Amino acid sequence: MPGALQLILGVILAWLALGLAGVFYPRNLYLVSRVLFPAGALGALALAAAALSALGGVTQSVVLPLGLPELPFHLRLDALSAFFLLLLGTVTAGISVFAAGYFRQGEGTAPGLQCLYYHVFIASMALVLLADDAYAFMVFWETMALSSYFLVTSDHAKAEIRRAGFLYILIAHIGAIGILLCFGLLHGTGDYTFDTMRAVQLAPLWATIAFALALFGFGAKAGMLPLHVWLPEAHPAAPSPVSALMSAVMLKTAIYGLLRVLFDLLHTQVWWWGVVILVLGLATALYGVVFSAVQTDMKRLLAYSSIENIGFILIGVGLTVTFQAYGMRALAALALTATLYHCINHAYFKSLLFLATGSVLHATHERALGKLGGLIHRMPWVAWLALIGTLAIAGLPPLNGFVSEWLLLQAFLFTPNLPQPYLNMLIPVAAAAVALAAALAGYVMVKFYGVVFLGQPREPSLATARDAGIWERIGLVWLAGGCLGLGLAPVWVIGVIDSVSGQLLGKTLGASATGWMFLTPISPDRASYAPLLFLLVILGVWALTWLAVRRFYHGQMHRAPPWDCGFEAQTARMQDTAEGFGQPIRQVFEPFFRMQRELPTPLDAKPRYRVSVEDHLWYWLYLPIVKFTQTISRVVTLLQRGRISVYLTYSFVTLLVLLLFVR
Amino acid sequence: MISWPGLIAQLTEILLAILLAPVLLGWVNQCRAWMQNKSGPGILQPYRTLRKLFAKEAVLAHNASPLFRAMPYALFACMCLAAAIVPILGTDLPFSPAADAIALVGIFALARVFISLAAMDIGTAFGSLGARREMMVGFLAEPALLMVLFNASLISHSTSLTTIVEHLAHVEFVIYPSLAFAGIAFTMVSLAENARIPVDNPSTHLELTMIHEAMVLEYSGRHLALIEWSAALKLFVYSCIGIALFFPFGIAEGGDAAGLLLALPALAAKLAIGGFVMALIEMISAKMRIFRAPEYLGTAFLLAVLAMLIHLLLGS
Repeated sequence: MPGALQLILGVILAWLALGLAGVFYPRNLYLVSRVLFPAGALGALALAAAALSALGGVTQSVVLPLGLPELPFHLRLDALSAFFLLLLGTVTAGISVFAAGYFRQGEGTAPGLQCLYYHVFIASMALVLLADDAYAFMVFWETMALSSYFLVTSDHAKAEIRRAGFLYILIAHIGAIGILLCFGLLHGTGDYTFDTMRAVQLAPLWATIAFALALFGFGAKAGMLPLHVWLPEAHPAAPSPVSALMSAVMLKTAIYGLLRVLFDLLHTQVWWWGVVILVLGLATALYGVVFSAVQTDMKRLLAYSSIENIGFILIGVGLTVTFQAYGMRALAALALTATLYHCINHAYFKSLLFLATGSVLHATHERALGKLGGLIHRMPWVAWLALIGTLAIAGLPPLNGFVSEWLLLQAFLFTPNLPQPYLNMLIPVAAAAVALAAALAGYVMVKFYGVVFLGQPREPSLATARDAGIWERIGLVWLAGGCLGLGLAPVWVIGVIDSVSGQLLGKTLGASATGWMFLTPISPDRASYAPLLFLLVILGVWALTWLAVRRFYHGQMHRAPPWDCGFEAQTARMQDTAEGFGQPIRQVFEPFFRMQRELPTPLDAKPRYRVSVEDHLWYWLYLPIVKFTQTISRVVTLLQRGRISVYLTYSFVTLLVLLLFVR
Repeated sequence: MISWPGLIAQLTEILLAILLAPVLLGWVNQCRAWMQNKSGPGILQPYRTLRKLFAKEAVLAHNASPLFRAMPYALFACMCLAAAIVPILGTDLPFSPAADAIALVGIFALARVFISLAAMDIGTAFGSLGARREMMVGFLAEPALLMVLFNASLISHSTSLTTIVEHLAHVEFVIYPSLAFAGIAFTMVSLAENARIPVDNPSTHLELTMIHEAMVLEYSGRHLALIEWSAALKLFVYSCIGIALFFPFGIAEGGDAAGLLLALPALAAKLAIGGFVMALIEMISAKMRIFRAPEYLGTAFLLAVLAMLIHLLLGS
């Protein structure tokens, strides 16, 4: 009987074959959307099942006869890989089904080629998660970056999309350099397999440098501050299923890499590494959420929200490292559980919302929040399913986002036992910042949902918007179901995560002491949460109230024009726009933004109001670097004369200098 | 574990909270009227309002979605759940393990998001204005409330509300300095969260200043009645949280009937004093401009964080 690893490799091969089939029939939309993408979704499900079966089992590994002569590809499936493969498989299944109904002719790249890039992308992500030597890891990592680049630039006729793609591939490569150097340090003097790296004992200084390089490299991929700038450009540029895939899965491969290096390849953890990650995570979370509150493009809003969620995940990683460094293993397991739980939660709700924006985009051809509105009447399926994602991402009980936030806050509440007093002082401030960011996420999501789906349509063309097709609905229902399931069955999910904590930390959390219904991570006295009971009480009271009101009073009502304090002449333009809804945040957090306002005077015949909100970091960090690079290259160009005699002189001088030094 | 007396005590508490919540609202309004030298409508006025609203026909805007109609029931259910997990009379609550202090904040957040979404549903200028302001108040009030609850959690090493109350009730008249700061923060937050002066004015329909009223402007009949009832329930639950955290003496431990019977007059007395103090605060302060609200709530938030730092510094 083939093992789980062989099954996963089979699925990956099948994905590549599906991609190739797309190349041969690039314009055959029927084949691509009715056969290839659904088949890919089935493969993803098989991959998820195999990963799930491998979670509790032994580590499997295989050596493929590919790659360099001395260094064939090593692949290995352990609990950490299996967990992220499970995430990839289940989420990709939903996205692929949605993609079956999404890709169509006339939107940039031909559907068959999209199919190729798409399947190469998911196959390379799966292989990144399996790689067990640095060479294979880097090859798959780069394949992932390249295939996603082609997907991002699929509408390459537009200049701003090409620009977004360039920024993305640039930062991806700068990050890759960091990862490459990190592996270079880790392998010591042996070969480049991860097994060698596990055996090498690095001196503290070198270990710290390796840590910094890994944080830089994987942070660039994850969208950590200040390397986040590509994310709000690339996500809106890509087609929606691709944005979903990038945000839900690709960012998580970076988290996977960070965890792999920190807890598997490096042996020691130093407490202040954790503090560095924690502080960067806090900055990322707050920055992301504040910026997402002022966005006016729905996909950019979601992209900034991804930055925020990556911040939350990094906070969890930071706490894990600190606890593990102090030998507080039970707490480390709690923090790691919160981290991994948030990874899978974010994968579900963010892909759900990105796909929902895809449906809205196809139905209305509009991405600007200011031109949408009232879609709950025209697109009830998308609207109600997106509501689940909205509530989940806002961190509201009983959905999944709340569970991971709950676990993270529990981890914070335990920290006062740390042996480092100054660190103890930092913790309440950090917990407060986490709570603030979580509350702001609620603000952002009310804005997103309220402006897109509620209210009156802001444009007359929205009256013709059509609801999503059957394939898109299936994909959305799958992901929304995931949000519900992850929220209502935390004990089971933590049971799955426990095998990862066992592998990385040597300690598991043990989700419940009092049965499957109650989540009691430490002890029932300390904290407990039962989402199912929670939901049942709410639904029960809801039903009872409804029945009681009907029984004792009446159900009479009639429809009338909106009241609005008796103001009859109100129009759709009097609702809050996206700018209007974000205005309090712009005012409260003014120092965060680089704002330019153009306000009309009362005398203007044609009043014009314009405000642009930009990122300080772009001006403070990136433009100076660009300027510096340009100066350097200008100096270097001085050497280039374009005359053969000058070049001969250069050679001659070099020769002389060499002769002088090397006798 | 679940016991029959516990279950009966639990149901009694929920029913008590639902039925008595309007009295507290009536009491606060009556106190305010007295301080303003008015005779006041009497403390039973909220019931009369509710009866009137329930009997009336509901008028719905043409473009109201099902979300708009579902919201009042969801809001009411959220507040009932909150009432179920806060120890009001005794600490033997079978529902209590279902949700702890963090989940309590989550319930309030859920209610807030629901009411804000419903306010944006009709698409009127006032609705979205109210939703925006409510979320602005919420994004600072919510973490501040969480930090206040964290203070109590740090002292009692638990986030379960019943454990917190049992622990705090056993500490014999020792005043925690951290709880003093947290108490001020909690008072500020509960004024804001319950749409009272100085953040909002419950008795105004002056468009430029309102928050809560702007959101429910489109509601009428039974829907409005449920919203008003939920608002009363929210005030009641907040008062009970304040009592449970800062004056837990007198709350019955365990589920014996005698203890619960004794706890009832104690609760009534504490609520009466609390309502009077709330009316007094409302009397002596002025409604502030809407953009002063973040400063006010930011102060509350900082005080709560400061309380946690004090707890860690003093170790108590």
